[in-house]
Amino acid sequence: MSEQTATFINIGERTNVTGSAVFRKMITEGRYADAVEVARQQVENGAQIIDVNMDEGMLDGALAMRTFLNLIAAEPDIARVPVMIDSSKWDVIETGLKCVQGKAIVNSISLKEGEELFLKQAREILSYGAATVVMAFDEKGQAETADEKLRICQRAYDLLTEKVGFPPEDIIFDPNIFAVATGIEEHNDYARAFIDAAGRIREAMPGVHVSGGLSNVSFSFRGNEPVRRAMHSVFLYHAIKAGLNMAIVNAGQLDIYDDIEPELRERVEDVILNRRDDATERLLEIAERYRGQKGQVQEKDLAWREKPVRERLVHALVHGVTEYIDADTEEARLAAERPLHVIEGPLMDGMNVVGDLFGDGKMFLPQVVKSARVMKQAVAHLLPFMEDEKEKAGLAGKSNGKVVMATVKGDVHDIGKNIVGVVLQCNGYEVVDLGVMVPCETILDTAEKENADIIGLSGLITPSLDEMVFVAAEMQRRGMKKPLLIGGATTSPAHTAVKIEPGYDAAPTIHVADASRAVGVVSNLLSDEARPKLWEETKTKYAQMRASREGGGPKERLTLEKARAGRFRPGWNAHEPAKPSFIGAQAVDDVSLEDVLPFIDWTPFFMSWDMPGRYPQILEDTKRGEAARELWADGQKMLDQLVTEKWLTLKAAVGFWQANAEGDDIALWADENRDAELATLFTLRQQIKKKEGANVALSDFLKPKTDGADWIGGFCVTAGHGEVERAEAFKAAHDDYSSIMVKALADRFAEGFAEYLHARVRREFWGYAPDENLSADELIAEKYAGIRPAPGYPSQPDHTEKATLFDLLGAPDRAGVSLTSSYAMTPPASVSGLYFAHPDSHYFALGKIERDQVEDYARRKGWDLQTAERWLGPVLNYNPNQELLSKAS
Amino acid sequence: MSDRQKRIAALKQAAKNRILILDGGWGAMIQRKGLEEADFRGDRFADYQGHMKGNNDILCLTRPDVVTDLHDTFYAAGADISETNTFSSTVIAQADYDLGATEVVDINREGARLARASADAWTAKESDKPRFVAGSIGPLNKMLSMSPDVNDPGARAVTFDEVYDAYRMQIEALNEGGVDMYLIETITDTLNCKAALKAIMDLEADGLEALPIWISGTITDRSGRTLSGQTVEAFWNSVRHAKPFAVGLNCALGADLMRPHIATLARITDTLVAAYPNAGLPNAFGEYEETPEATSAMLGEWAQSGLVNILGGCCGATPEHIAAIANAAQGAAPREISERPRAMRLSGLEPFEVA
Repeated sequence: MSEQTATFINIGERTNVTGSAVFRKMITEGRYADAVEVARQQVENGAQIIDVNMDEGMLDGALAMRTFLNLIAAEPDIARVPVMIDSSKWDVIETGLKCVQGKAIVNSISLKEGEELFLKQAREILSYGAATVVMAFDEKGQAETADEKLRICQRAYDLLTEKVGFPPEDIIFDPNIFAVATGIEEHNDYARAFIDAAGRIREAMPGVHVSGGLSNVSFSFRGNEPVRRAMHSVFLYHAIKAGLNMAIVNAGQLDIYDDIEPELRERVEDVILNRRDDATERLLEIAERYRGQKGQVQEKDLAWREKPVRERLVHALVHGVTEYIDADTEEARLAAERPLHVIEGPLMDGMNVVGDLFGDGKMFLPQVVKSARVMKQAVAHLLPFMEDEKEKAGLAGKSNGKVVMATVKGDVHDIGKNIVGVVLQCNGYEVVDLGVMVPCETILDTAEKENADIIGLSGLITPSLDEMVFVAAEMQRRGMKKPLLIGGATTSPAHTAVKIEPGYDAAPTIHVADASRAVGVVSNLLSDEARPKLWEETKTKYAQMRASREGGGPKERLTLEKARAGRFRPGWNAHEPAKPSFIGAQAVDDVSLEDVLPFIDWTPFFMSWDMPGRYPQILEDTKRGEAARELWADGQKMLDQLVTEKWLTLKAAVGFWQANAEGDDIALWADENRDAELATLFTLRQQIKKKEGANVALSDFLKPKTDGADWIGGFCVTAGHGEVERAEAFKAAHDDYSSIMVKALADRFAEGFAEYLHARVRREFWGYAPDENLSADELIAEKYAGIRPAPGYPSQPDHTEKATLFDLLGAPDRAGVSLTSSYAMTPPASVSGLYFAHPDSHYFALGKIERDQVEDYARRKGWDLQTAERWLGPVLNYNPNQELLSKAS
Repeated sequence: MSDRQKRIAALKQAAKNRILILDGGWGAMIQRKGLEEADFRGDRFADYQGHMKGNNDILCLTRPDVVTDLHDTFYAAGADISETNTFSSTVIAQADYDLGATEVVDINREGARLARASADAWTAKESDKPRFVAGSIGPLNKMLSMSPDVNDPGARAVTFDEVYDAYRMQIEALNEGGVDMYLIETITDTLNCKAALKAIMDLEADGLEALPIWISGTITDRSGRTLSGQTVEAFWNSVRHAKPFAVGLNCALGADLMRPHIATLARITDTLVAAYPNAGLPNAFGEYEETPEATSAMLGEWAQSGLVNILGGCCGATPEHIAAIANAAQGAAPREISERPRAMRLSGLEPFEVA
């Protein structure tokens, strides 16, 4: 039951006259203004519920309860949390219930006076709209053994749920925490009995909660605070594991379980768990040694607020807490000589800790981005003061270094780039982020104007690789001497070594695999000592990569002619092509975000955060699990809001056309006569030499014209309408975490939408599988007939084919998706592709192709060879430049 | 099954099939009638000292023809549900007119009977579209969660028991007069509402015929809070124990500003969601200028988006508005009710959940 520990609630006892002498004095003396301040502090310190108890012999409890509750109702910072109305007197409880507009908890009722009264009070509580604590107490007395506790709670539960209609989730059982180590043998098992009962109650009565007043357990050691604290911590440690999920406890009087001195912990544990007969004696033996010692008071969650401001800032950064950052930053600023010193001092210290933990694998990317959010907020607070200072002194800004970053022209993907930017900023580098689709000259002009130290290029789609080659060549031409960093999903050390680095030799050109590497590379490049070494190493490494590539030579390929002879032949006998329900393109705009949710594959969500691993297993991963769960929770929270508030609008275009294979291409017909061609879709054929199996091209999945009628489909879906605006708004609020999150979610919706639409195409629009009935997992595993390959992906790497598809679909009008100069779809959270229905159709990777096919393809498309080689660059089985060179010579 | 229980079953069935339509704002409609002091007094209060004009609820006793006419007008415009003219009919609110328990009980009972008669006539005429009566239970001019005296934040102008007694009297009379449901509306203070809910629950425990409860809060401004300071979710947590037939928001805001809060309710509640915003915000003269087309376009979108089960209008919403809203909601599927994961959901001004 350990997963319930995450929801443990600490209920403060400082506004309880029986728990706090100071508070009792305030109330008996009528100092209500002071008493209200106690409540305020408690809430400010993080109390999630405040317990109010006025059970004091000398007081009119009901009057005190009403006065106090009415007063705190007028204080929005106190009244925001629920109240626990705590009294042993029913009239005080009822008075309290008449004062609270929120949903409160009553503490407590029991079967002590019999069923009739119990039922009456429970009905009243329900009609006042409160939850209630029920003590394990009946006509015979308080339950002491686990069996008795369970029996009484079960009886109360049955009465409440069956006779009163009380919701189980609004019942909190308090199965009595009694003092142990009293010297009376019968008491030795009290703590163990509670822990045992807690687990059994929650198992037997689903939905209910278990609570208890902690301080009783250590009553026999009063006056010896260190031992009491240890007892509380050990007790909680075990009870929470068993099922305790609320407790009235002074959080300041708890030690971290691991921090308790081992000998003390063992002996306390013996007592709490009643592990040996002499446990009490053995604890007594050593107890005196601890008396008067100041234990390590670790106020759960909030002790750090007591620390010096420097440590508070570090804590806030490491734990990603933005709550106090403005106040703490301001305090640090007032103490510092210059605002910049706050950044260079405590804030950088904190980020260094974060960096170290990240480097050691003890923190994960989502946590780091949260830290960055704190950092950004702190910096945003300091910025006006620094501007002010600059203005007064006429000083220029200084930083660790400046990096100009951009997603290159034609590409709109920037999640990875944003993460790198954030991580660099956390490390004190100034980042000029030019955004997406940035033309080469803007990047280079900005780098020069800003006097940047480094240029970083990012891209996700394959044409971006060429753009990067172009940028590098331009840097060479301009005589620039700034290091160039290359990153993004399709980039690789090999491509950088073979294509980019040879074109720019005036400064290091380095491929950066992921965000965690970026800081190391940047800091080395900016260090006069480290840079020459890094550059030398990289040059050597890339030269070796080029050599090994050339040395290995291209793999043997079939001629296009032979490959065509070995084309794939699907079984046409078993499959008669089905006619789609409509011909031509249509918009699909009746799909809600909720519709798509079940179709989302969450594994790539974690990958987009640099956390590879399959969902949901990754949540239980020993190393990444915690970070993954946190990321998941944050993601789901935003998802909820995103769905309810409809941040994104789903739009799609889908179309079907009569079509036939014509060699390696696909002819789309204007009508059923199949003589007027509407458009041609060009496809490419595998040329790899195979021991068995065909050399496939997408056209193989359609009937040749002579064999009869067949159809093809196409689609474009987007979840990107609304995404960019949201992401920008978060970014403007210095919340890169949420900005990246919204993009990651939009990407998931786009993919999920494609899956959803494909299912509807199979069942409804095309209707070739009307009876298909697959689970979400089966869908994600693609256990259906037919495929939806996308131009630009392995089956057809030529991105320009998207232009034909988009024209056919009228995608800009119907789905609001258009293509950039590099044929990237914008908005970026979009997916497009073709539909093939034949059950034998399957995904394949084209692999490298030979010049004969490139020449043939160029001819078919009406391109010159160079254009073809540019668009097919990543799949060429030869080096076109080399051939050009050899031709020229 | 009593006739009323049959009607309630029909109401619940209708809510499953379509979006139900509530009537519009009564204040401006009564104003249009150009009634004088004498109309408000009638024979019964001819010798009344002071002004009765402005006490719209009293018309249930003194100009029942006006009240019946308004019910008819809204039913004719397409409303499934019309509210009794009893918004301020508690002894606490009617104390402004020096009216006591006898008059208050009479207003509620007569108000309910007038609405009942009109609804039954329409149902008889159009059997495929049964009409229903919601007993209007409005807010009080005295609040339980706020002090009337800025210098004494602990003071209260009224006690819980007084509020409870006042509502209990109104509820009993409305029930007797034949309403199909209670509509606790324009809730400015959740504690006042909780007193009304307790009165209903206690009356039912004492044997009064159980009727559906519709709880309608009011978000007063852009802060997104009720006048007593709660968020929508905290408000829902505070009233959910009454197992209402519907929960929603009305008044204060126009549709544009209300939408996010209705969307929140749609996400968190496991019962019907109802919304009847004002026809925009009032202009400098206190008039509502939003056209029926504008209002209905927005509410139509809510219907299409599956946010709501009941739509209607509040201040400034004329029969033309209601007709346009009914038209816009026609054919739209009502919001589907889904269960939330089980958790203890508490609240102060803000919600707090213990899973």
